[in-house]
Amino acid sequence: MSQLTLDELKTIMIQVDADVAKDLDGDILDTVLDHLGLDSLAVLEIATRIQQTHRLPIPDEAIAEMTTPRNILDYVNARLAA
Amino acid sequence: MSAAVVTGIGVAAPNGLGVADYWAATLAGKSGIDVITAYDVGSYPVRLAGEVKGFDPAERVPKRLRAQTDHMTHLALAATDEALADAGADPAELPEYTMSVITANSSGGTVFGQRELQKLWAQGPLYVGAYMSVAWFYAATTGQLSIRHGMRGPCGVIATEQAGGLDAVGHARRQIRAGTRLVVTGGTDASLSPAGLTAQISTRLLSRGDDPGTAYQPFSAGARGYVPGEGGAIMIVEEAAAARRRPYGRIAGYAATFDPPPGSGRPPTLRRAIESALADAMVTPDGVDVVFADAYGVPELDRAEADALREVFGPRGVPVTAPKTMTGRLYAGGAALDLATALLAIRDQVIPPTVNVAEPLPAYELDLVVGEPREAPLRHALVVARGYGGFNAAAVVSAL
Repeated sequence: MSQLTLDELKTIMIQVDADVAKDLDGDILDTVLDHLGLDSLAVLEIATRIQQTHRLPIPDEAIAEMTTPRNILDYVNARLAA
Repeated sequence: MSAAVVTGIGVAAPNGLGVADYWAATLAGKSGIDVITAYDVGSYPVRLAGEVKGFDPAERVPKRLRAQTDHMTHLALAATDEALADAGADPAELPEYTMSVITANSSGGTVFGQRELQKLWAQGPLYVGAYMSVAWFYAATTGQLSIRHGMRGPCGVIATEQAGGLDAVGHARRQIRAGTRLVVTGGTDASLSPAGLTAQISTRLLSRGDDPGTAYQPFSAGARGYVPGEGGAIMIVEEAAAARRRPYGRIAGYAATFDPPPGSGRPPTLRRAIESALADAMVTPDGVDVVFADAYGVPELDRAEADALREVFGPRGVPVTAPKTMTGRLYAGGAALDLATALLAIRDQVIPPTVNVAEPLPAYELDLVVGEPREAPLRHALVVARGYGGFNAAAVVSAL
């Protein structure tokens, strides 16, 4: 399975919450998701969608650690590469 | 003691979206009951319902919330916007801990829930959206309204099946007395999905009629069950001294009872709920100007209600009406809409009609307002509601 790119992740974030689209232009890799208006439930939904698109099971403990876009990309791409 | 008054109303009903459309349709006797369009009714035994028509969530619900919430919550979000505007209340200008949300709910977000459960069954757990966890439970609407409007005072949801609309308003009044400044209350339900309706059909109380003109005829020889519906009403309740506009009326009395179990030999407790609400309002039976009946449309339940009304008010002792014959029974939203309708009736001094009933069964000895609205001096209105499983509630609303 191909790696998850930042652009793909942004697309998923917008699908989950259209309101974040306006805040995704700059360097957001280390922006805390909660500061973008994505609460814990929204992060759970983002993880759910990645599980579907990349067929990668993500345990709840890992989702709890996903606080920035970089966290998500690092976790997902490390597992996809393995 | 402080007085809890209703200062704003919002409506999403099968025969009208918004208070103005709903009230005009109700006085005109226009029904919203028709063949279900939300899904293919195919061979389902219940084919008619009151669906809210012309409701476009894209117009009335912010995009983020739309994807995260069920249809029942969409209807409540829109009705709350209308009610707040009607009350002239801007939540952003009020301290967040002085406002609360108390809604009634009985079926949860069954449309959303069915969609996600079908994904679970067909594709597996990875395909169930995260918002399933919050969209389909009873408290979803209260929670979303609280978050959206920054209302962080005492919040709650009342789940007493179809009596809930009155129980929520009763609880709202309690919060006003405890010092809360503004309460968003009432309720909406919307379970017109195959799974939602199948759960209701098992009660055997639903009408299997095919003709919208005869399927739901409470108190009459044609009574054969009720037609379900979706929607409800949201009201803004405030302490009288804080009202920004002239209130519709006062929540003057409220009481709830629970029936003894079947086979106990003891009578149902609807009469006690009515008498307790009148006592709470300090109104005697001859002071009541109109009754908004529960009007189940199920013969034995109609008889029980007619008996209770006759025992309290005497034969043909008070005008009785059931405008829900135009909407179907809206579950937790039904009694909330009845209470809002009673307030509109007091405002305009006119009793809306019961439709599709030529005359009540003579044995019931009811002065049922049928066919046409009836003008009358209205000061105190009684609203009666019952829920499946033994819930009874009664409320009195009064002109100021």
